[in-house]
Amino acid sequence: MAYLLGIFFAILAFWMGNSGYYKPLMLGFAALSIAVTLFACARMKLIDREGAPYVRLFGWLAYYPWLTWEVIKSNWVIIKACLRADLDIHPALVKIRTVCKSDLAKVTFANSITLTPGTVTVEIEGDKLLVHGLYEANTVPEAFLEMDRRCARAADPAEKRA
Amino acid sequence: MAELFALLANVWDTVRFPLGGAACLSGAILCIIGTIGVLRFPDFYTRVHAASITDTSGAGLVLVGMVLMAPSWIVVVKLFCILGFLLLTSATASHALVNAAHTAGLQPKIGPMANRGHEDEEEGAH
Repeated sequence: MAYLLGIFFAILAFWMGNSGYYKPLMLGFAALSIAVTLFACARMKLIDREGAPYVRLFGWLAYYPWLTWEVIKSNWVIIKACLRADLDIHPALVKIRTVCKSDLAKVTFANSITLTPGTVTVEIEGDKLLVHGLYEANTVPEAFLEMDRRCARAADPAEKRA
Repeated sequence: MAELFALLANVWDTVRFPLGGAACLSGAILCIIGTIGVLRFPDFYTRVHAASITDTSGAGLVLVGMVLMAPSWIVVVKLFCILGFLLLTSATASHALVNAAHTAGLQPKIGPMANRGHEDEEEGAH
């Protein structure tokens, strides 16, 4: 029931933010569409812990500003690499081991690596990630330790954390 | 106090359009830089890195510029939705591309690439 309410409020906020019309007819359409969406979610069995991830909201709120700053820093590195007169790139393919346990934490970690310019996740196998990087110096396994730790703290449930 | 707030709102209304225009322009320039990188880098995997500049900072700055120039809060909410979906899906799309290339057996070029462009030109001349 709590998960259902969580999804309901998320959809309601999304509708309110996108519509901007508050006449009775439009609100009726809103109620109808929200009901249909919730029914579809229930039929697809999406109403569970992953469908309404409010427990991890504060972890995410702490994680994403840090990730934004990392993305800006590595953007600058790649912009310089693009515009340098002589290409000095040193591509590398490394395998790194993550401490993230749950699927959500692993996806967050892999997505963060891909989102950061200069590194991209090629493959995930168990707790090992294959990462391709533009500069070998930025792609050593030690470079990902902090992001890995922060991802585990943001998205892994507390009981699973090492 | 009310006067101060009115003054601040006035200043903000004057300043936000130049600021938003500057953000949109620099976002567009970053997109062009990403394209230059795509054209210059040697193989598929490195080109994906250059394209991710366009995905993150280019699109992000253009959207921030549009947020600064937005006429109402509804538009701001929509732009933030676009930003969120863009950041989630562009990373997933790059991963899908690279994973497909890796699965298909495309080998990345590894190691220092200094002046590789000149060598290619010379090879082409022969």
